[in-house]
Amino acid sequence: MVDIWSGLVQAAWLVGTLDAELLEIALRSLKVTLSALIIASLIALPLAALLAVRRFRFRRTVIAVLNALMGLPPVVVGLVVYVLLSRSGPLGVLGLLFTPTAMVIAQVVIIVPLIASIAHQSIRDLWQEYHDLLISMNVTQGQKIRTLLWDSRRALLTAALAGFGRGIGEVGAIMIVGGNIDHATRVLTTAIALETGKGNFALALALGFVLIALAIAVNLAIHALSRTEREGRW
Amino acid sequence: MSDLFPVRLEAARATRRGRTLVGPVDLELDGAGTTVVIGPNGAGKTTFLRMLHGTARLGGGRIRWNCTTEEARHHQCFVFQQPVMLRRTVMQNLIYPLRMRGMSRGEAEDRARRWAARVGLGSMLTRQAPVLSGGERQKLALARAMITEPKLLFLDEPCASLDGRAMREIEEILQEARAGGMRLILSTHDMGQARRLADEVLFLLHGWLHDRGAGPEFFTQPATPQARAFLNGDIVE
Repeated sequence: MVDIWSGLVQAAWLVGTLDAELLEIALRSLKVTLSALIIASLIALPLAALLAVRRFRFRRTVIAVLNALMGLPPVVVGLVVYVLLSRSGPLGVLGLLFTPTAMVIAQVVIIVPLIASIAHQSIRDLWQEYHDLLISMNVTQGQKIRTLLWDSRRALLTAALAGFGRGIGEVGAIMIVGGNIDHATRVLTTAIALETGKGNFALALALGFVLIALAIAVNLAIHALSRTEREGRW
Repeated sequence: MSDLFPVRLEAARATRRGRTLVGPVDLELDGAGTTVVIGPNGAGKTTFLRMLHGTARLGGGRIRWNCTTEEARHHQCFVFQQPVMLRRTVMQNLIYPLRMRGMSRGEAEDRARRWAARVGLGSMLTRQAPVLSGGERQKLALARAMITEPKLLFLDEPCASLDGRAMREIEEILQEARAGGMRLILSTHDMGQARRLADEVLFLLHGWLHDRGAGPEFFTQPATPQARAFLNGDIVE
């Protein structure tokens, strides 16, 4: 209880004094996760719409695999990305290991299935509703996908926020591919793991509270910007 | 005479999962007036319209338009019994088909305003379409279909579950469109509406085209006993 209280106090102090190190770590956390979120959304949302609209062989299998990949263990993802990016790996020449870019890649791999699966559920429901209309209007496949993505944008926002939540709280994969290097790849989650390991529970808790506050703030900001709760709007 | 017509159905069959729902139908339709498709529940009216429109699977036979199938599809629209509203405003619903055809936003909005006024939705352009009443939704669906000025308009029981006033408003719009040269093919359960609108009647039963006749004659002298029984309000098996 004392640790929690001192964690709260320390969190308030770090935020109140705009602690330089905290700011640097928090900004890196945001930068990495938001970059991963944008890239993952650009991959996952059209993929989800395509899976809803297009009929092809093994479509059900692809959807089942995508759903299964939602539970992908981050440590395994980290390990695979590590092997791919390590000097002896196929992408070793790029020199990305232990950089924020490697962390972004790992997060993209983790959150693409999550965003795509949640988005697919929403888009599939909307496609059932729109199917006859869009077919009768003779619109192209691309127009169908754009219409579905636009008209289910608020549900897709929820999918994206779920991806953001998974990404910002991720530690296993980014620890492996990022290495938790001070002033280079240290983010809030890896810093929490480090401080916990050193026995600095209050500081670890403080960073944890900052992380939670950050996640809530981003969620609220995105909801406010997209005006999801406006009456009578979809 | 429209470029699409005449359209010929040659032993056309609509199937679903290997089961024939409608047909085989042999029929030729010309390019003028209103054809009303009637028949009891499950007779295949909706499937017949969809087959002709190209959204129901053709399991056999062929449908030959007086142009390519692509061109024919481009000049048709379909109004469903349960109007499907895009989750957008009335204005956005109206401009949608025009924008999909490449019309500029300004031009599309001008035309949408004219059509909204024509169907009595002029003051509702900024309302969300899914929250409109049943009659308003059907009028919007009708305007959205007619805004592209199709040569052929299919309507699947367009006035089902609407009150008399809404039905009259929709019939007026349809009569106006017909007078403007638009070809209408609609299904209905309402024999009063069928009498008011039909230049030609198709009577379907169990997926078969049982009877066909010009509007007034069909209602006074149906050719088949089943059609006669149906018009008399008897249960037709």
